[in-house]
Amino acid sequence: MANENDMQSELSQLSAGLDALDTRTVKRRDGIRLLLNYLAPGLGIILILLIWQSMVALKLQPDYVLPSAGQVLDALTRQAEQGILWQSTFNSLRRALQGFVLAILIATPIGIALGMNRILRIIFRPILTGLQQLPSVAWVPAAIIWFGLSNATIYAVLLLGAVPSIANGLTAGIDQIPKQYLKVGQVLGANRFQTIRYIVMPASWPGYLAGLEQGWAFAWRSLMAAELIAVSPALGPGLGQMLDVGRQLGDMPLVLGSIFMIMLAGVLIERFIFSPIRERTLRIRGLI
Amino acid sequence: MSLALDISDLSKRFTKAEPLVIEKLSLRVNQGEFVCLLGASGCGKSTLLNILANLDLPTSGTVTVSDKPTLMFQDASLMPWLSAGENVELALLINNYPKSKRRFRAQELLELVHLGSAYDQRPHELSGGMRQRVAIARALAQERSILLMDEPFAALDAITRDFLHEELLSIWSKTGITVVFVTHNVREAIRLGQRVLLMSSKPGRFLREWKVDLPEPRRIDSRAVAELASEITDQLRMEIKLHGQ
Repeated sequence: MANENDMQSELSQLSAGLDALDTRTVKRRDGIRLLLNYLAPGLGIILILLIWQSMVALKLQPDYVLPSAGQVLDALTRQAEQGILWQSTFNSLRRALQGFVLAILIATPIGIALGMNRILRIIFRPILTGLQQLPSVAWVPAAIIWFGLSNATIYAVLLLGAVPSIANGLTAGIDQIPKQYLKVGQVLGANRFQTIRYIVMPASWPGYLAGLEQGWAFAWRSLMAAELIAVSPALGPGLGQMLDVGRQLGDMPLVLGSIFMIMLAGVLIERFIFSPIRERTLRIRGLI
Repeated sequence: MSLALDISDLSKRFTKAEPLVIEKLSLRVNQGEFVCLLGASGCGKSTLLNILANLDLPTSGTVTVSDKPTLMFQDASLMPWLSAGENVELALLINNYPKSKRRFRAQELLELVHLGSAYDQRPHELSGGMRQRVAIARALAQERSILLMDEPFAALDAITRDFLHEELLSIWSKTGITVVFVTHNVREAIRLGQRVLLMSSKPGRFLREWKVDLPEPRRIDSRAVAELASEITDQLRMEIKLHGQ
């Protein structure tokens, strides 16, 4: 028995030593990374503003064609004071989010089905890729004929933009799963549901996430295209509608201000929602 | 003594156009036995294990197992999105282990392979040897009485491999499981196995069998191991040379 204990203590000491030698000490320089991630893009924006303001100062164009940054800010402030700015932004984001969630619910089963079944994939993937290549603004005229100037038109265009990207991303993600993971699932005795839930879905997550990101971008730009074209008092305010009002009034500061808001919403969502999720995914899996 | 594995006249051919990978192979393994299969490339070692693990079907012949075997690979094949402990828990979950006790049991199994403090570490933060020990813990989580190992230590450095030999034998003697260990390393086979079977290549057949009755603990660098190793290596080389003619 003493011999057995000796052997166990020998083993644990040996293992502790080996593990200590083998473990990499990871140093992360978060400070510098944060600085680069947040300050460097700020420099780019300042540079653009400087070029813009100097063009305005040189009076190359009249200010109804090229307004100054101050005039654009004034236009946005005016909209904000009337409550239109927040209402439009909130309304557009709400539509985009609702449409995006709906797109996920529709695209996910399609993506899984195409990912898991080779024959379905061969038959339907080209159609999905075709839809993904088509700018969804092309659907606006058709949607207006089908649904009139209603919310259904807006959601139809948004879904046709987002669903193919999400489904295609998930299918690609499933396609790229190393076969070894599925073999391990078989060895562990996983049934079909467990294989999908515990192996296929998490293993395909990086591809799925890429599809979701692209799906969101497509949802947002499809929504703006739809809002810009399908203008009706019944639909309520939105950033696209605000942009269209600016065009009708020939109000260049309002047009530029609206474009700026549309861009800002996209950038903020990328930076504060998708980018952290992507970083976390890659870090957990040791890919960065 | 009851049998854990009974293979009789097993042959395997992948497609009709290809030659046999395994030809009329028979083997009986007793419960609790540690058997090493030794062979050069193309001896059908991995194919044989896949058939035993029910990942592949034989072309002819029969395989009888006392329990569904579990299989370990050369690469630990841990899920990179799960921590070491969660990888073990996944095996527990799939095998219907009670939810409330899963974490505790996974921790116990990690301690058995001397990785008690690695529960929250991700596979990429572990060394190759540590990953392979998590894979052992995951295999044990399935509570199968037969463990098939497909060159599990081939990618590790010699020092780590030596340690894992001891670790594996210690677990084997504690749990009493049956181990079928495939390797192309002659000394490793002698270090670990109670029996060593030499396989021919293309097609795979058993050429000869050695009973290893060297005293425990064996050392891979001991004289007795070296002497038997040179005898087996000579046979292995003769077999390999046949294929060059």
